[in-house]
Amino acid sequence: MKIEFTPEQLKYKEEFRIFVDTVIIPEADRNDRDEHMCTEIYKKMSEKGYMGSMIPRRYGGLEMDMITLGLLNEEFGRGCSSARSLLTVHGMVALAINKWCVQEQKDYWLPKMASGKVIGAFGLTEPNVGSDAKSVETTAVLDGDYYILNGRKKWITMGQIADLFLIFARCEDKLTAFLVERKSPGFSTKPINGLMGARASMIAEVIMENCRIPKENIVGAVGTGLSHVAMSSLDYGRYTVACGCVGLAQACLVESLRYARKRRQFGQALRKNQLIQKIITEMVVNIEAARLLCLNAGYLKEIGDPDSIMAIWNAKYFASKMAVQVASDAVQIHGANGCCRDYPVERYYRDAKINEIIEGTTQMHEVMIATNAFRSYV
Amino acid sequence: MEEKIIKIKAFLAKFFRKHELQEDEDIFALGFVNSLFAMQLVMFLEKEFGIVIDNKDLDLNNFRTIKAIVAFVDHKLNLAS
Repeated sequence: MKIEFTPEQLKYKEEFRIFVDTVIIPEADRNDRDEHMCTEIYKKMSEKGYMGSMIPRRYGGLEMDMITLGLLNEEFGRGCSSARSLLTVHGMVALAINKWCVQEQKDYWLPKMASGKVIGAFGLTEPNVGSDAKSVETTAVLDGDYYILNGRKKWITMGQIADLFLIFARCEDKLTAFLVERKSPGFSTKPINGLMGARASMIAEVIMENCRIPKENIVGAVGTGLSHVAMSSLDYGRYTVACGCVGLAQACLVESLRYARKRRQFGQALRKNQLIQKIITEMVVNIEAARLLCLNAGYLKEIGDPDSIMAIWNAKYFASKMAVQVASDAVQIHGANGCCRDYPVERYYRDAKINEIIEGTTQMHEVMIATNAFRSYV
Repeated sequence: MEEKIIKIKAFLAKFFRKHELQEDEDIFALGFVNSLFAMQLVMFLEKEFGIVIDNKDLDLNNFRTIKAIVAFVDHKLNLAS
């Protein structure tokens, strides 16, 4: 077994690092404070081709391999969880189109998404439906050449700015996926403010009141919305969230190292304190463990191995819990300073917790991982 | 044909451990499958047999029995060649 990046992956890794250091990080605090992602961010992401990072080259994307996509999301996670979430949901929609739409839809949407002219958002969660995705209440009824959608979606990342929504609705009483354009009649969004973390994710509530879309906008087939479309999108989403957590925790570690080197108490630098050293050690080892879980999952996903699905559940579970712990420890090392927004660990701590909720809560991961263990190991 | 059946049976055995699945037995009627299974089955078939499953293939009857899966894989391979 050999774990080694290719020269191309290493080149990308350095490119991502520079981009995040020079474009993402300088705006991250302001975006968090304003609860708004400045347009310059996604304009520059588009210019670099990152909005098409996961889209095949034939549609104008960069068609990065899964390891490179993991590195991209790790670096974005290091800089700004909200910017990483843009990559995540946009990719979830693009990959659903690439896998489950008819060729005409692919030809129409994917070049626009690859260039960043169209931003995608994923619409599964509802006011009354979170983990229990099978119970979606939004409905879709075929009416001649159109589907008529009625219902509400909540906590939709990038919902304020997205042009194209992947909406899950009950059709013939079966969960089904649809592409819904913002300009569709009967479609509107309402910004949601006051979030704890990832505050520049442009979260919105989506309202569909007799929203009319062409019948060709169905994704997959009636009844395959959860089993095929949502599951494959969420698989990618989980992978990118897990990688983003590694980056976020890495940022916590670096800030903690800097602070512990500079800050003096009891006549010496914090770094000399063995209790601080213990915290740092646990950060280092847990970050590396999460990174290896992500690399393993990314490799399996790249080669199309069905075991990649559980590997991604494992990676996301561990990485999101790890990020919360590491961020908490980073605040602890910073003491009162860590509780103030003058220090980035305050934002990291708030951002970290969100990762235990999105793309499947920690508890849903525990159900899935344990169920799989009972099925697989004895 | 026989080789395909062995491979498919071996994959499905992970989900139907205490049940000897027959070639014409309705997988969905047994009640063991969930949405995770559907995705794993798609990935398995794509990787094992080098086919691409897309929206036109999303008919449950293609995946209902081992025999149906083999017929579906053969059909996809014929289309590709």
